[in-house]
Amino acid sequence: MSSKQEILEKIRHLRLDQTELPTIPEFKNSLNTEEEFKASIEANKGEVISQEKLMSWISESGFQNTLSFSQLINVNTSYTKIEDAHELDQLQVAIIDGQFGVGENGAIWITNDQVPFRAIPFITEHLVIVIPKNEIVPTMHQAYIKTSNQTYSFGLFIAGPSKTADIEQSLVIGAHGAKSLRVVLV
Amino acid sequence: MAQTKPHVGLFIPCYVDQFYPQVGKATLEILEKLNCNVSYPLNQTCCGQPLANSGYERDTKDACQHFLSSFLQFDFIVSPSGSCVHHVKERYPKILHDPELQSLLDSKIFELTEFLHDILSLEIQGTFSHKVGYHASCHALRGLGLSKSSEVNTAPFDKVKSLFEKVEGLEWSQLQRSDECCGFGGTFSVKEEAISLSMGKDRLTDHHEAGTEILTATDMSCLMHLQAIEDKNQSSLPVMHLAEIINQIIS
Amino acid sequence: MSHSIASTDFLKNEEHAKWHDETLWMIREKRDLASQKVPEWENLRTLASSIKEHVLSNLDHLLLEFEANATKNGIQVHWAKDAQEHNQFVLDILKKQSCAQVVKSKSILTEECHLNPFLEKNGIEVIDTDLGERIVQFLHQPPSHIVLPAIHLKKRDISELFHQKLQTEKGNEDPYYLTQAARNHLREKFLKAKVAITGVNFGIAETGEFVVCTNEGNADMGVHLADVHIACMGIEKLIPRRNDLGVFLRLLARSATGQAITNYTSHFRGPEKGKQIHLILVDNGRTEQLGREKFRNSLKCIRCGACMNTCPIYRRSGGFSYQSTVPGPIGSILSPGLDLKKYSSLPFASTLCGSCTDVCPVKINIHEQLYEWRQEITKANPNYAESLSMKLASGIFKSPLAYRISGFLMRKLIINLPDSLLYNPWNVWGKGRKLPKAPQESFRNWYLNHRKDEQ
Repeated sequence: MSSKQEILEKIRHLRLDQTELPTIPEFKNSLNTEEEFKASIEANKGEVISQEKLMSWISESGFQNTLSFSQLINVNTSYTKIEDAHELDQLQVAIIDGQFGVGENGAIWITNDQVPFRAIPFITEHLVIVIPKNEIVPTMHQAYIKTSNQTYSFGLFIAGPSKTADIEQSLVIGAHGAKSLRVVLV
Repeated sequence: MAQTKPHVGLFIPCYVDQFYPQVGKATLEILEKLNCNVSYPLNQTCCGQPLANSGYERDTKDACQHFLSSFLQFDFIVSPSGSCVHHVKERYPKILHDPELQSLLDSKIFELTEFLHDILSLEIQGTFSHKVGYHASCHALRGLGLSKSSEVNTAPFDKVKSLFEKVEGLEWSQLQRSDECCGFGGTFSVKEEAISLSMGKDRLTDHHEAGTEILTATDMSCLMHLQAIEDKNQSSLPVMHLAEIINQIIS
Repeated sequence: MSHSIASTDFLKNEEHAKWHDETLWMIREKRDLASQKVPEWENLRTLASSIKEHVLSNLDHLLLEFEANATKNGIQVHWAKDAQEHNQFVLDILKKQSCAQVVKSKSILTEECHLNPFLEKNGIEVIDTDLGERIVQFLHQPPSHIVLPAIHLKKRDISELFHQKLQTEKGNEDPYYLTQAARNHLREKFLKAKVAITGVNFGIAETGEFVVCTNEGNADMGVHLADVHIACMGIEKLIPRRNDLGVFLRLLARSATGQAITNYTSHFRGPEKGKQIHLILVDNGRTEQLGREKFRNSLKCIRCGACMNTCPIYRRSGGFSYQSTVPGPIGSILSPGLDLKKYSSLPFASTLCGSCTDVCPVKINIHEQLYEWRQEITKANPNYAESLSMKLASGIFKSPLAYRISGFLMRKLIINLPDSLLYNPWNVWGKGRKLPKAPQESFRNWYLNHRKDEQ
């Protein structure tokens, strides 16, 4: 007997009575989702900035290696063609679009449609996500309802920069992934 | 309308009987003052909790039967111990394989302050001019649900403290950790002696820092453990069981 | 070593023990605040518990549904009945890829299966990439907490360790500096890795996708740069519907650390073009636990660690005192199912205070299961002296006369014996505590003298 059969037989042998699967209520939330979203991003150590501020930050910082896949804003970037994500090790700024944000926790939904390589939001030193202003849902319940018919192969909620508190519970931003997250609402 | 006096069977846990008779006495006197007909069944023994918590629940069936035969005749069973009441109420139906016993016990057996609150709807009137540190004993708090535990996000309530709302002069200590366990835990106190002591010391520090003048609880077992650490360290936080405080106020 | 011996040892360093207690308590308080911001918190706990209840009652069907959907999406699914088979699957995949160095993000399952020593024995270097796990791996230690692997260490320990392993400046204890050193060290490993291993937080039957949550982004850095992703998943990690994620993700991070969500929540439905995902479904004792009615719902656990942070014993004894992969209250009800004898002291490392049960996001009745394991342990590992004394006590409790005599003797002994005899080395109670001041008469005697005649 294969292990698969063995495991399934063991479970079946127990003849457990199937309990009901509960329906999940909608949990409507009346809070101002945009304000809440901004507060959540800040709590996660990200930042919500204007498009103008983004442009001036990029030009003032003098970044050499930048990359944008945004359809929502126009930014001139340095990479032309990428064959492999490993080439992006020196990437300083990646600008990508998010589909929508979640008010209660600042999570932003991105799928493989937004990035040609899944590694991009992680390997970049700084991450910028652009989302339409009116695309903010209150909680995770609405987020999953909204994406229920999507056919992504990779989906991702990003809620902040890479962080860790593994050294004496001191919060450090910039563990392995992006050292900063800037969100632009357009 | 004349009400018949409720007939209350007084359940005095073994260690209270031997070491803290004043708590038994206070419980009895409170119930008498509040117009209950109180009997103390002379044949009562231990509820069996120490054995059951040590993993020998199966050896306590006779003790459970003995308890029920001593007490089920009363309208109510009242005890100055949340822990023992919790054991009888929550575990007896299972130990005796008698699920129908549950509703009977639910309507009959009460920890003292729970009885005063739920059944007698008491609002204590009087004065007690002290800063009182209330130790929320786990089995009364989470076991019997006498108040909302700090972990749970439901509407706050506290049956014990609400009894004292009208009492003048009484101030409750504001603790850093409102309902952390004292570390007694029955045989835990000797099996895990080091942690038990550490937990007890931390509770006492919290009370000292909050300015507690008198330490109280629903359960003498927690207080016994905490007082024993105080005594060993030659400090002296006065300890009174809630029954003693209530009895003093309403006298 | 029993839990009590290990905890006594832990408490010897008073300053460190105090720090450990206070730090974990701070996380418990963060969890309280985060949960209070969700008005439907208790409702979510009930929902999560019922969803998992359904999963456990319908596991065979859901596993098949999950496998079918995952396979359709291009994920290769393997079934492992035990740790050995799981480890062998991983090794076979690594060999096929001619991979000698693998990056791994946090997976308690692979700890449970002792994957690292197995792979190392077979000549493969495993690089744990979660910062805390990398730290304990350098020290050849297991994690001491399932969410905070290095919570038992202080920054001076880590500074010294990184000075030796990563050539950081001696004495530089700045957490940012140390984290950057680890970042650079691990970045190199990520770029070179051909295969990456992760755990799984949730597997979704209806879509065949699985979800991995991290704050550091280490799981994603590993898998997206590697050609092959191996995901190791306990069979109890399933949930039926994608919408159920809304419930569990709202509970998980808030319960774990007080964050509203982890900064990265990755949903893997299929491999990136030209790459592979292997998912290993592991039983390793879970079906046995499923068959134990009293302990079945311990399998609802989503590994948030909240019961550890709230447990007054865990906070004061540290994770290593449990000597099991999952420490703390949840570990104390899971581990006896794996080896009753080895873990027999764990269910007794509790006052049954019930805080773990109240804090649990999936409402596992942890403290009641601790009580139930005690009943099983005394049956399976009889301790004759203890058993005899319990039988004696039980005889005393059913005989009112014997009960009165024993109580009387105990009280009189305390009154009359000199301290030198009362506080002898065999009296564990008396080492740090006084015995109660015994009164001259019991309540019963007082009652007989003052009330009985009136009735």
